[in-house]
Amino acid sequence: MAAPTLDSSAKPQQITMAKAINAGLRAAMDADPKVLVMGEDVGKLGGVFRITDGLQKDFGEHRVLDTPLAESGIIGTAIGLAIRGYRPVCEIQFDGFIFPAFDQIVSQLAKLHYRSQGKLKMPIVVRVPFGGGIGSVEHHSESPESYFAHTAGLRVVSCSNPVDAYWMIQQAIDSDDPVLFFEPKRQYYSSKAELDTSITPQPLHTSRVLRSGAHATLASYGPSVKVCLDSAAAAAQDGIDLEVIDLRSLSPLDLDPVYASVRRTGHLVLVSESPGEASLNSEIVSRVSQECFYSLQAPVLRVNGFDTPYPPSKLEEDFLPDLDRVLHTVDRSLAW
Amino acid sequence: MSSPERWTAARPDSPAATAATPTAEQVIAGLRATSEGGADLVQLLTPEGERVTHPDFDIDIEPAQLRALYRDMVLVRRVDRESNALQRKGELALWVPLLGQEAAQVGAGRAMRPQDMAFPSYREHGVAWCRGIDPTDLLGIFRGTDHGSWDPIEKRFGLYTIVIGNQVLNAAGYAMGQRFDGKVGNSDAEGNPAADDEATMCFFGDGATSQGDVHEGFVWAAVYDAPLVFFCQNNQWAISEPTERQSRLPLYQRARGYGFPGVRVDGNDVLACLAVSRWALKECRRGNGPVLIEAFTYRMDAHTTTDDPTRYRLSDEVEEWKLKDPIERVRAYLARNGLADAAFFEQIQEESDQLAVRLREFCVNIPDPPPDRIFANVYAEANPVLERQREDMLGYLAGFGGEH
Repeated sequence: MAAPTLDSSAKPQQITMAKAINAGLRAAMDADPKVLVMGEDVGKLGGVFRITDGLQKDFGEHRVLDTPLAESGIIGTAIGLAIRGYRPVCEIQFDGFIFPAFDQIVSQLAKLHYRSQGKLKMPIVVRVPFGGGIGSVEHHSESPESYFAHTAGLRVVSCSNPVDAYWMIQQAIDSDDPVLFFEPKRQYYSSKAELDTSITPQPLHTSRVLRSGAHATLASYGPSVKVCLDSAAAAAQDGIDLEVIDLRSLSPLDLDPVYASVRRTGHLVLVSESPGEASLNSEIVSRVSQECFYSLQAPVLRVNGFDTPYPPSKLEEDFLPDLDRVLHTVDRSLAW
Repeated sequence: MSSPERWTAARPDSPAATAATPTAEQVIAGLRATSEGGADLVQLLTPEGERVTHPDFDIDIEPAQLRALYRDMVLVRRVDRESNALQRKGELALWVPLLGQEAAQVGAGRAMRPQDMAFPSYREHGVAWCRGIDPTDLLGIFRGTDHGSWDPIEKRFGLYTIVIGNQVLNAAGYAMGQRFDGKVGNSDAEGNPAADDEATMCFFGDGATSQGDVHEGFVWAAVYDAPLVFFCQNNQWAISEPTERQSRLPLYQRARGYGFPGVRVDGNDVLACLAVSRWALKECRRGNGPVLIEAFTYRMDAHTTTDDPTRYRLSDEVEEWKLKDPIERVRAYLARNGLADAAFFEQIQEESDQLAVRLREFCVNIPDPPPDRIFANVYAEANPVLERQREDMLGYLAGFGGEH
């Protein structure tokens, strides 16, 4: 793990998620000259969300590459660079633009270690700003993570807060496996958190209980974690005690804390912006029903985006899981 | 030499500009692919085995080197024919014949230095041979025991890539890395690259040129000045579709649009392929890459052993290309000029017979991999979910007491 280089004093400081990822990238690039950042507009502009702001100025054009506008090219050439010994961190500008790269990710990136019997390592991170709620045009608000969790050979993670974002991006870069790194874009600048760089972070592929509760369990990841925390705070006013788990790692899933929680509460509600059909949440339902069958007092319920394309943004409030839908679903579970 | 215009100027009146399309006579004869490479075709050894000169490309080659190229091509063809036969006997699930493309692959393969990198498609058995991969190492893919058994880094030869065109982008990235590592453009005062300068060669077919990844690979290699030779074997057929279904322009002329040189070489002429590949690799090492080479050749056999070419092309066409055989022209040249005697040809024949026996014996004795190989190397680092699945499967299989 790279020595953090956020500022010279390394004292705890208030930081946004955007700044946290930038600082994490910077630390990883400082620690290993083979780490490259590549993507559309990541250099001079610092990325459309400014996540890579200043990196090209400090590390040069050969370490921070403004690439041609072609997503398959970004991943396809990153694979070649990885074979050459580099550790590329690729930025896909928006979730809905990842599909031109889907072929290279699924056909090559995910399989090369397996096909080469371990001789080719693929230490590549694919950063994807994802999720809705920013009032944008189509292809800018999607949640495609289930496609990648479904694909063997890929690791998939999602951060939900600045502190995790700082550590998780460095852990992802350290991994010798390809990691899809989903960043909740509407939280890049929405709030700050205190970052203490002197702590030892928890392992990348572990979930975490963010709030303990006795009556029902909420499990979520990425942008929906905040919705769950807000829901739990509101429910507490009504005397309902909700446990909130941030899954963090979407592949492999770390469900032991979820099983332990469900064995205590008997109720589980899963929350995610992605359409629910054949999704991560359906997988979790299946595993929890198998592991906690006799503990469940209600079927596992889900609050997902609907099984539709992402709607025009004037409708997204009704599409996205929010506090009311989460609490309504908790009520259904408790009344089962 | 390095001016793109020189190699790719559009000349609509030139035979080259229509060379992807058969002549009227050929169409009347029922032929859908042409055997005419056009005026820009680089050739140093005619189909009849006559040595000819070319104003831009020539090659100084010792008789021993020429005999070595002949040997390469004969052995590669034998590997191909033997493997094809092994499929027919049920020992391989599939084979991808290279028959007819020996000169293109050996010429390109022998132009590379040890430190150069190659990214193949799935028909590059001849390039694999030149990279020092034992032909038995190719068999696992087609017998179903592995997905490729060689070390791509050690051999400087990537894994076979079946999704058409994917490897072109991977090659572009690798070549970018060679440039970032300072392994390009360290030439001396005479323009000769340093001994440890590097380049990459990427192999694909005429069909692949329609893929977006190939277009993107051209763009990326061009804008990053990558030391990458795009080696396109135009064997006239993408399974059942002739090259005219992929392009209205001769393929080598596409390079013009991307801003680098494109050369069409007689893909059945090992000398010309060697000369043009050497030139292209040198240009790349000097920092003048990338370069596109279109090796104009012909797929003499089926696309794979599951294909039936009689459904889409006439034997007349195959007969016409038989006269351009890549091995026969070298044999004729060597024999006619007294550069090889009967004993040499017999010795190569004997070596080829021995290789076939070794290949056959190896193939039928490849053990089936153990069941838990399913889970091996999916990830470089531990994955508890997969580990649990693996244990479950092994426990289930153990219930059969070894009789499953």
